[in-house]
Amino acid sequence: MMARDVVVTGIGLVSCAGEGIAAHLAAFASAETPRTDATTFAPYPVHPVAPLALDTQIPKKSDQRQMEPWQRLGVYAAGLALDSAGVKDDAGFKAALQLIVAAGGGERDYAVDGAILSGLRGAAEPGAFLNERLLNDLRPTLFLAQLSNLLAGNISIVHGVTGASRTFMGEESSGVDALRIGHARITSGQIDTILVGSSYNAERPDVMVVHEMGGFLLKPAYRPVFERGQDEHHADPQGGPPGSLGGFVLGSAAAFLVLEAAEHARARGARAFARLMPVANDRVARAPGSVAASLTRLIGEVGLERPDLVLSGATGLADLAAEERAGIQAALPGADIRATGDLVGHPMETAAPFGTALAAALCAAGTAREVAITSVGHRRGEGVIRVGAA
Amino acid sequence: MAEPRSSSTHDAQGRPLVAVTGLGIVTSLGRGAAENWAALTAGRSGIRAITRFPTEGLRTRIAGTVDFLDTNPLVAPLLSERFAAVAAEEAVAQAGISAGTGAAGFPGALFVAVPPVEMEWPQREALAQAAGGDGAITYAGLQQAAASRRFDAWHDLFIFGTVADRLADRFGTRGSPISLSTACSSGATAIQLGAEAIRRGEMAAALCIGTDGSVNPESLIRFSLLSALSTQNDPPEAASKPFSKNRDGFVMGEGAAALVLESAESARARGAPILGYVLGCGEKGDGFHRTRSSPDGAPVIAAMRAALADAGIEPDAIDHVNAHGTSTPENDKMEALGVSAVFGERAGRLPISSNKSMIGHTLTAAGAIEAAVSLLTIRHGRIPPTINYAVPDPALLLDVVATARDARVSRVLSNSFGFGGQNTCLVLGDEPA
Repeated sequence: MMARDVVVTGIGLVSCAGEGIAAHLAAFASAETPRTDATTFAPYPVHPVAPLALDTQIPKKSDQRQMEPWQRLGVYAAGLALDSAGVKDDAGFKAALQLIVAAGGGERDYAVDGAILSGLRGAAEPGAFLNERLLNDLRPTLFLAQLSNLLAGNISIVHGVTGASRTFMGEESSGVDALRIGHARITSGQIDTILVGSSYNAERPDVMVVHEMGGFLLKPAYRPVFERGQDEHHADPQGGPPGSLGGFVLGSAAAFLVLEAAEHARARGARAFARLMPVANDRVARAPGSVAASLTRLIGEVGLERPDLVLSGATGLADLAAEERAGIQAALPGADIRATGDLVGHPMETAAPFGTALAAALCAAGTAREVAITSVGHRRGEGVIRVGAA
Repeated sequence: MAEPRSSSTHDAQGRPLVAVTGLGIVTSLGRGAAENWAALTAGRSGIRAITRFPTEGLRTRIAGTVDFLDTNPLVAPLLSERFAAVAAEEAVAQAGISAGTGAAGFPGALFVAVPPVEMEWPQREALAQAAGGDGAITYAGLQQAAASRRFDAWHDLFIFGTVADRLADRFGTRGSPISLSTACSSGATAIQLGAEAIRRGEMAAALCIGTDGSVNPESLIRFSLLSALSTQNDPPEAASKPFSKNRDGFVMGEGAAALVLESAESARARGAPILGYVLGCGEKGDGFHRTRSSPDGAPVIAAMRAALADAGIEPDAIDHVNAHGTSTPENDKMEALGVSAVFGERAGRLPISSNKSMIGHTLTAAGAIEAAVSLLTIRHGRIPPTINYAVPDPALLLDVVATARDARVSRVLSNSFGFGGQNTCLVLGDEPA
């Protein structure tokens, strides 16, 4: 079995911290409180995406109109990644470029949903009423803005990335899976190049309904990820002491990486930001201590010994964050752990690709020689990603 | 220098050969491979009037629903999980491979194609009701209802990873299960991901599933609004007519198929019967349009050729094409164009058939179900018909199998194409290439 080195040759980042590599390095260095909007979706704070000049990456207004925000964010960040890899105008490169996207689904039409729900209350024949309203009120193209695989589809259309795409779903762990499979396909010689990434729009009320069920959202204000858990406003669904659970603050973000076989990058004279090592992830049954043990084992599996930094994708749920830190410390005593949630919030599927892209940027800037990225999903999945200087 | 040769355990490129040692199927035609095979070769249709929900006012009122399995609540993710579990139970039993919650579990990972997950209308209504009041319902009201903690169990129901999570628990698969979508080629992609993992030597086996239980009002209406569905409701069984001149859209279907993929080396070592091989996988993206193929058919052609090249065979080595054949004007035209380009004048005498004529378009599950049917076709030497082929489209120069046909079938090309420029093709065979 071949084992080729895999390098990161393109990085595209968008979040509340801004867009591009420099903005995110600056935000990381400043360690300031991330931009937060605690009023629009109160009682839920969110980290809203910085304003984007969409035309620069999505030139056609017709394309912009066909997409909902989560797709526009992702297509935008994918364009930044292609630019930074120097391949935006290389049709041949993009025609061979594979694509894995980690994504959930798209936005709904909130006004239509509200009107239908209001009307259903008094409807004599609810089934017929629902049919009629959906048929008349749903925009036909909204479906395509919702389908999980249509972020990849839009990247193909807007940027001409047409190797072939696959979309992985399943919240946080799908972002790790995307990196793992992308890396494995290159290192084994199955492919030479792949664009891997994800996008998440937090500024939408439907996801807040889903994550309020289960009590996963932090209210009413942002607090640093590892300080959450004493928040008095958070009710414990299991009936434990109020405020013991913490919660996450959703953040709008997108992150894409161009991954390439090192020899392929060298041959075209491309700059390697960093090396991506084999990705390790697992899904252990959740029981006290199991997440910590899993992380410790995965850190060993990827061969991490002395990273300069650990970028944790901790969601903000206090018990999981504590396990995550314990698992990291057991394998890497004294490690410097920073939560990406304190930079961009929790962007769900995008958390691991974001951490990995930031790590590659930190390596390229000489800020770090080796970085570990950790992911513990709010319901399942643990992952460790290792990025080193090129 | 001698030509590279395949062996009983490795293909001509030196990669582990990927065998299929178990398969399971659920469709509107029934439960299990035997029931489905009997119905498919008898030309029976599983398309019927929808009874699951009121269809008043809808232009399309038919589907290939799986009505003999249900869940509580009846929502797409639970139905999809149920179909997948039934199909996978059959597949692992046939493979005689370890699976389940025991210490050993299944010796590989899970790759499952699942439909996109969303909260559905009955649940939205329940939240709206809990929100109370007489004023207009808004999402803020739904959020307040959710904060009552009464609906916490629905969180897991309506996030994307849960179906795979529960299947992974049930079958004891290893590592992080992958939930995936490539729209209507998802089932084929699940198989491709499993085959690639085995070829990389990461695992001895993979459990690959495509499942779809999303015939509900909103899903149906969304496809209807894109004018993708047949509106020829009466009689239901005549609506899906791939490659016919009077085809007018697809019919939604439900179901699942599961394949146990295994390295041939592992299968032989444990003496498992080999049902066939995944010889090649090919894919190609299309950046032309969100729902339409490039007019020249280049990506469709490239995907078919990539599958043949991956299998290390020439077009002449294909005996049968299990078509995507959705019965939409666009798909069948583009698929015929692609088949003609890849197979040349032989396209006119290469038997092609669409299972969707009987089970409808099972969407996320289609690629997996049709791969399973392709393997049954090889095993039985009998090609299931494309029913309702009464008025052939004269523009499509294909040998459409209108009634079940006995033929020696050694290698099948199974096509899957989807919205978003997804094109995935598989080559399945009885022996290594």
